[in-house]
Parts: sequence; C-alpha cells; structure tokens
Amino acid sequence: MKTSREPVRKPPAAPEPAPLPAALPEAELPAHEREELRRAFETQRGFFGSLKSVDHKVIGKRYVITALVFFVLGGIEAMTMRLQLAKPENSLLGPDLYNQVFTMHGTTMMFLFAVPVMEGLAVYFVPLMVGTRNVAFPKLNAFGYWIYVLGGAFVYGGFFLNRGNDTGWFSYVPLSGPQYAPSHRVDIWANMITFTEVSALAVAIEIIVTAFKQRAPGMSLNRIPLFVWSVITTNFMVIFAMPAVMLASGYLALDRLVGTHFFNPAEGGDPLLYQHLFWFFGHPEVYIIFIPALGMVSTILAASTKRPIFGYTALVLSVVATAFLGFGLWVHHMFATGLPQLGESFFTVASMMIAIPSGVQIFCWIRSLWGSRPRMTTPFLFVLGFFFIFIAGGMTGVMLASVPFNLQVHDTFFVVAHFHYVLIGGAVFPLFGALTFWFPKLTGRLLSETLGRWTFAVMFVGFNLTFGPMHWLGFRGMPRRVYTYLPEMGWGPANLAATIGAGMLGVGVLLFLINAARSLRSGEAAGNNPWGASTLEWATSSPPPPYNFERILVVSNRDPLWKPEEMAVVTGMRTDRREVLTTRPLDAEPDHRAVLVGPSIWPLFLAFALAVGLVGSVFTPWAILLSGFLFLVAMIGWYWPKGEPSGHNARTAS
Amino acid sequence: MSRRSGLPAAAAALLCAALSGCRGIQSSLDPAGREAAKISGLWWLFFYVCTAVFVLVLAFLFYGVFRRRSEDALGARERGKTYVAIGAGATAAILLLFLVVSVSAGREIAEPAGPDALKVQVIGHQWWWEVRYPASPANRTVVTANEIHVPVGRPVFLELLSGDVIHSFWAPNLHGKKDLIPGRINSHAFTAKKAGVFRGQCAEFCGLQHAHMAFTIFAETPERYSAWYEKQLAPAAEPSTPSQERGRQVFVSNSCVFCHAIQGTPAFGQVAPDLTHVGGRGTLAAGSVANNPGNLAGWIADPQSIKPGNHMPPMLMAPEDLLAVTDYLESLK
Repeated sequence: MKTSREPVRKPPAAPEPAPLPAALPEAELPAHEREELRRAFETQRGFFGSLKSVDHKVIGKRYVITALVFFVLGGIEAMTMRLQLAKPENSLLGPDLYNQVFTMHGTTMMFLFAVPVMEGLAVYFVPLMVGTRNVAFPKLNAFGYWIYVLGGAFVYGGFFLNRGNDTGWFSYVPLSGPQYAPSHRVDIWANMITFTEVSALAVAIEIIVTAFKQRAPGMSLNRIPLFVWSVITTNFMVIFAMPAVMLASGYLALDRLVGTHFFNPAEGGDPLLYQHLFWFFGHPEVYIIFIPALGMVSTILAASTKRPIFGYTALVLSVVATAFLGFGLWVHHMFATGLPQLGESFFTVASMMIAIPSGVQIFCWIRSLWGSRPRMTTPFLFVLGFFFIFIAGGMTGVMLASVPFNLQVHDTFFVVAHFHYVLIGGAVFPLFGALTFWFPKLTGRLLSETLGRWTFAVMFVGFNLTFGPMHWLGFRGMPRRVYTYLPEMGWGPANLAATIGAGMLGVGVLLFLINAARSLRSGEAAGNNPWGASTLEWATSSPPPPYNFERILVVSNRDPLWKPEEMAVVTGMRTDRREVLTTRPLDAEPDHRAVLVGPSIWPLFLAFALAVGLVGSVFTPWAILLSGFLFLVAMIGWYWPKGEPSGHNARTAS
Repeated sequence: MSRRSGLPAAAAALLCAALSGCRGIQSSLDPAGREAAKISGLWWLFFYVCTAVFVLVLAFLFYGVFRRRSEDALGARERGKTYVAIGAGATAAILLLFLVVSVSAGREIAEPAGPDALKVQVIGHQWWWEVRYPASPANRTVVTANEIHVPVGRPVFLELLSGDVIHSFWAPNLHGKKDLIPGRINSHAFTAKKAGVFRGQCAEFCGLQHAHMAFTIFAETPERYSAWYEKQLAPAAEPSTPSQERGRQVFVSNSCVFCHAIQGTPAFGQVAPDLTHVGGRGTLAAGSVANNPGNLAGWIADPQSIKPGNHMPPMLMAPEDLLAVTDYLESLK
C-alpha cells in the first residue's frame, strides 16, 4: 500500500476552503473504476433488493425515519394526555385508556424514538465521519433495524387492539406482575423491550468496532470528531446498561408466563430487585440519549463558528466521565423506597458530581463561542435553545440529587418538568439542530431557513409554556401519572397553560415536517459542504454515493477539510469488491484490507425468526421451539459461504 | 430572543400562583411540619443559588455570542483554559455546599422518633388508606380509613405497609414521601407544628384509580386529638330513628358485611374501609367526593361512575333501602 502525500495546490487566499475535488484532485477515481466501485457497493434494485440492503446510509435513514414516525406517535399521545389534563375532572380519556396512553408515551419516546434516532444518525454518520465505506458488520446492522421495527410494530399492534401496557413505562412490580395485571398487556410490553434492546446492542457493537478499526489512516484517537467520540461512549454504555433491563423485563416475563417468583415477596422474591435492575439501566439510558446530543452540539458549534471547538481533550474526557458516573446514580430514582441513609448519601454525591463534567463542557462551549461571531443559522439557534433549557434542567437535576428535597418532589410534576427539560432541551433540541444541519447531506437539499427559524421559535416558546408551569404544579402537590384531579386543588390554570404549550410544541414539529417535505421536492441544492464544516462526511457528495468516498482519505489533523492542503489519499484499494481499509485502534496506522459482506435477505429472516419467538411466547411457550428452529435455518443461511474467500487474500495483500 | 421567549412561561406560572391564592393544603411550599419546613428551607437555598448560576452562565454565553470584537489570539485561548478551570472549580464548590446542607438536613429529618412518639400504622390498598392506631391492650386500637388525626407538637411515627401493590405516602405540608412496599415495613416520622387540615395523596402509580387515592391529616391540639381518639374507641352509635334501624338491618343483611366492618354489629369484613365512624369523616372514596348523604347514596348505588375500576361493586337495592342505609351510615359519627 502506498499513500500519496504530494503537496496539494493551495487555493488562492479565499475565506472558505475550496471543495475537496478542486483541492485534492487525487481523491477522484478514473470513471471506469468509479463505476466498478458503485456496482460493488450499491443496494440492489426493486422491493426485494431494498429488503436485502446492508448499506449503512440506507439503514441509518430507515432508522431515523422510523424513529421520527414513533416520535410523532408519542407526541400525539402526549397531546392527548395534555388535553385530558387541561381541566379538572375532564372525561376525554377514562383511567384505563389514560394509563395505556401515558405508558405508551414513555415507552415510545424512550425505547422507540430517542435511542433509535441517535443510533440511526450514528449508523449513518460514523462511517462517513471516520472516512470508511460501511460499518464493520453490515448484516448485523440490517438485522438491528429489522428487529427494532418489528418490536415497535408489535407493541403498537397491541396498543391498537386495546392491549397497550397500562402499568407505566417503568412497569413496577407487583402492579405489573401476574396478580395485578393478568391480561397480555404487560407481556407484550416486556417482550418489546427485548426487541429494542437486542437492536441497540447490535448497533453498539458495530459502531464501536467501526470507530476503532475502520478510521481513515491518520485519524488517531485524538483526531476523532467529537460526535464520533460521544457515540462511541454512548455505545459502551449501551453494552453495560441494556442487559440490566433485559434481565428485569425477562424476569418479569418469566414471573408472568411460567410462574417464577423473582419479584414475589410472598415466595422470597423482591419487588425492589426489579427497581434496581430497571434503574441500573434507566438512568444510564438518559445519558445514552443525551451524550450523542452533546456531540451534535460540538459539531454544530464548530461549523457555525468556523473554528475548532475549544478544549477537545476536556470535552472528550468529560463525556467519558459522564458515562462512568452515569452508572453510579440510579438509586436517586429510589430515595423514597426507604434504603439506608448512608447508601443514599453515596448516590447524592454521585448525582451531584455529574454536574462537574457537564459544567466543564458548557464552559468549553462558551469559550468556543467567545467572540467567534457565529452564523445565526437554524442549527445554531437550536443549540442556543439547548443551552437555555438544558442548563435549567441541569439545575433542577442537581436539586433532585438531594435526598430530603427529592422526597418532596419525587413522582410529582416537578420531576416531569425536570426530565423534559433535560431530555427535550438536552437531546431533542440538539437533534432538531442536527437534523437541520445534516439534512443536506442526507438528501442533497437544504431546508428553508425561514421555516427553520419559525420551527425553532414556536418549539422554544411552546416547550417552556408546557413544562415551565409543571415545576410549580409539583410543589403544589400534583403527583405524576394521575388521569384527573379535583377542581378545588387549584391546578387547573397551570395545566391549561401546559396544554396550550403542548399544542405549540406540536405545531413546531409539524413545521419541521412541512419544511422537510417542501425541501425534498423543491429545496435549494446543497453541494458537498454547505456549512463549510471540517469533518469528513462533508468531503463527499450530498447524498453520498453507495461507496461513500472514491478514495479513502488520509487525515493529519482534527479538522481535515479546513486544511485540505494537508490531506492525502490512499491508493491501491480494489474497486471491484466491498473492500475497506482497517486501521489500528490507537494511531489509525493502516492494518489490512478487509472485505465486507454484501446484500443479504438473512438479517430480515433472522429478525423474523426472533420475532416469532418473542411474539409467540406471549401466548405459548412452544413458540420458543418454533423460533429456535427458524433461528437455526437463519443462521445456516447467514453463514452460507459464497463468492471468493474474503479474508485471507486481502490480509496478506496489505 | 431566546431569553425573552422564556418569559411567557414564567408569567403563566406566576399567574397560576396568584389565581389559586395561598390555600396550600397539599403544598410543599406551605410547610406546617418540622420536616417540611427544613426541606422548604433547602429548596429556597437551591432556588436562589441556582437562579444566580443560571443567569450568570447565560449572561456569559450571550455576551460571548453577541460580542462584536473577534478574539482568537493564542493568548486568549490560554486564558480560556483558566476560565474553564475557574468555572469547574466554582461548580465543584457550589456542589459541595449543596451536599453539606443536603446531608445535614437529611440527618436532622431522619432522627428516630423518641419513645413518646405517636405510633400509627398506614396500610395502602388499591385505592384507599387503612389507618390503625395500635395500642395495648388491643381493645384500645383504633381503626379508620383515609383520615389521620395527629396532635400538634408530638412526633408521629408511621409504619407503612402495603396490602397489594406499591403506594407512596405523601402529605407535602408535613413531610416528603415514603413508599409502601409489599413484604416490607417502612418507617416515616413527622411532627406537625401548626394546627390545620392537610391533604395527602398516593404518589406511586398504583393502577386505575391512582388519581383518586387521597387522605386527610388533621393536626389538632392534644386535647382535641384525645377527644377524637376516645370517641373512635366507642362502638358504632345505636340507631336512633326507625329509618336508621332499617338501614342497619339492610346493611347487615346485604353483601356489605363481606368487605366492611362496623364495630358493635355483625359486620366484620376486613378488605374495605372500616365504617364504624364513617359519618364523622370528611370525604368518601379516599378523598374523591365530600361526605354528604347525596354523595353517599350515589356511591353505594353506583360506585363505578364516581371512581371507575374501584373494587366496590354496585349495590342493587330498593330506593327506600338505599335511603335508609345512607341515613344509618351518616349517623355513625
């Protein structure tokens, strides 16, 4: 292998760096090789072909779109709840339907929207940002998406047949146990958890391996884009957190389906065990949603200010510290259960300490913005909104770490307000900023700035109007998860304000969707790098070709596109097969050429086999047997050898 | 722009506060107990410090963004490191302050109640509260439902149990909440400092009627409390009119007795609220409706329309029987 490092023609002193092909002519392949590469990587045509796709961009887009569909469903549920609570003793929803709706809202937003949308963007952008052609395990990637969408369809199928879980997204035992929830509602929910967690684990593994083994040569650990760092961190958290909730929901399913007694106090089980398992996952889950958003904030800030983010090392270490601390504070969800006081103090300290890395990040961002005269584009406005809302939510978060204070506001609307401030402010605002920012890369077209600003303004006002008054409601004694309240409690006006705000928030999301639909039809063409950003996803066309880059780029600093004169390309890669360059984890020195698998129907079949077991076991344990058989068939198909032997030759060639 | 848009939310919250006046019978900001007062003090400290930090950080942010002079010299970046370090140090210092005041408040609140404390057992049921005042000899034990009477100034030691799923006991004017967990006995202690009537509500989601699982705490002078307690020890009042006499007959010959108890009659059911002194209670169905003959008759005839999903079946009886039972139950002061 050789890398070409000839000095590159420098563009005449222009403020914007030149588009890459002009700055780096070697990055272009001869036409026939480009055609060969396209044939090697493209998704097969037709409906059947699309089911076989293993292109990370196709799958990533599917993740994002599916997650946004669930976001809209969860939002409709939220607005239904807000309508019910708009006035005291409202009769729009009865208690049974209300309980199903609030459970579906939480379940949808946590399991079917927030995690998958972040994973979807990671699946799409990590290979582009590290400069490779596909994720490390393309078939696993496809499988992850199929199992996610089947799980979502399963739980919504149940909901539309009046089998939505009515015991809360946390489904505490014994309320969700066989004695108090005898119908299939909880079974469907518990098995849905397994679907989505399997999917998250699949993504986690392929993202980590891609980010550690397939980076562009020269992209050593200290040159990895901040978004990729945050995604790597998140996916390590997924690997440690998701098994806990699968245990919790798995034990619950066993208690319900085959009569075990993990959580039954009468037989030596313990309801608190469930809470520990659930929150050992549940709290890190919040950071799994929120840490990718931190990467988005850094990405948008750097592109808006046209200069590197201040304190790269501090930011990376803060993200990693947040991930570690995130596993040490689950008990602050359980302060009211009567645990020993000394133990609770430990979790108070851990919960407060997490404000330190968050603070460091905010200070680094403020320093990055200091005197930078950023461009006030829509993504940047969403980042400003993020600062306002997230810092407010962080403040109430620090308060909640205090045991005595927590005992007053726990399970009240104060907590509802707090976590919507951190999750909507901390994750959804950056997400909408990032969707606006990356929309041109995904589609080749820019979103309208005017509509984008309106989207932001309406969402920002609507958000604060919805969740601001809820702080006060919590102090005035309104508990969570109540389907109605008495008129004499005096909670009516604040609830009405919140309902109006929720309507505005809904209008904001609608504006975003209208903007996206309009741009898809008639949006302004984006070009390769409309924001003048520095990371590698902007070094290719919008949308990127199936092979991402014509030649693998060589990187020599953190902001390669801002210094195209220092870039180089890898030559000598084969273009007639799905070849990627693997590099060493630390310094990204080239290691060997690996060949990735191509399109396959087996991921879908395997997802189907697993779904048969998970859906069927709600009704009969025999479904596991059938599922096992289908699983075997799927595995044989999955590993069936075909074509040229992939590994050996390629390895020796490098 | 962003700062200005936050104002409507704040204004709305203030407006709501103004509209509802200061009647905070279920409010953690109107403390009437020793523990709630400590927590409320903690909250105001958090509030002022956090507001100052919030304003300061956002001021820095917006100054940085809208500053006209560009600044990107190497020296400035070095100074930036110092600023970030100062910021992190200040954050840590504030957190340390919060930790110290929080842990010390927690210790004061968690002081075990002394031997003179009033011991009360609260047992959570879907969706009502069983309240027992255990005593020796056992015939001085008082059993009631959805109401707790406590003397002002004397510590109250609660034993919290659950008969079915997890509930959470919360009377914000007096103290924070504590869960009632099946298979466990949790303890919770508070001292009322002011006389008054306070409302509390289940705070852990417990199923269909979680929203209608409230209780009332009467904090009274020790004399009034003792008078109430002595009255509760007496068996149910004897009927004094023919209608009440008939009402008792209807009650004991109907399925009411399988679930409810009335001391002094053959009704010994244990799965639903004790009705020995039901006429003296302020509300029905765990704080769902006021206790008056109309609501009581409506509740007996059709409890599912007042509180859908609750465990009381509708009682089919002749209208005159219904009136008689209502009359009798309301006489049980």
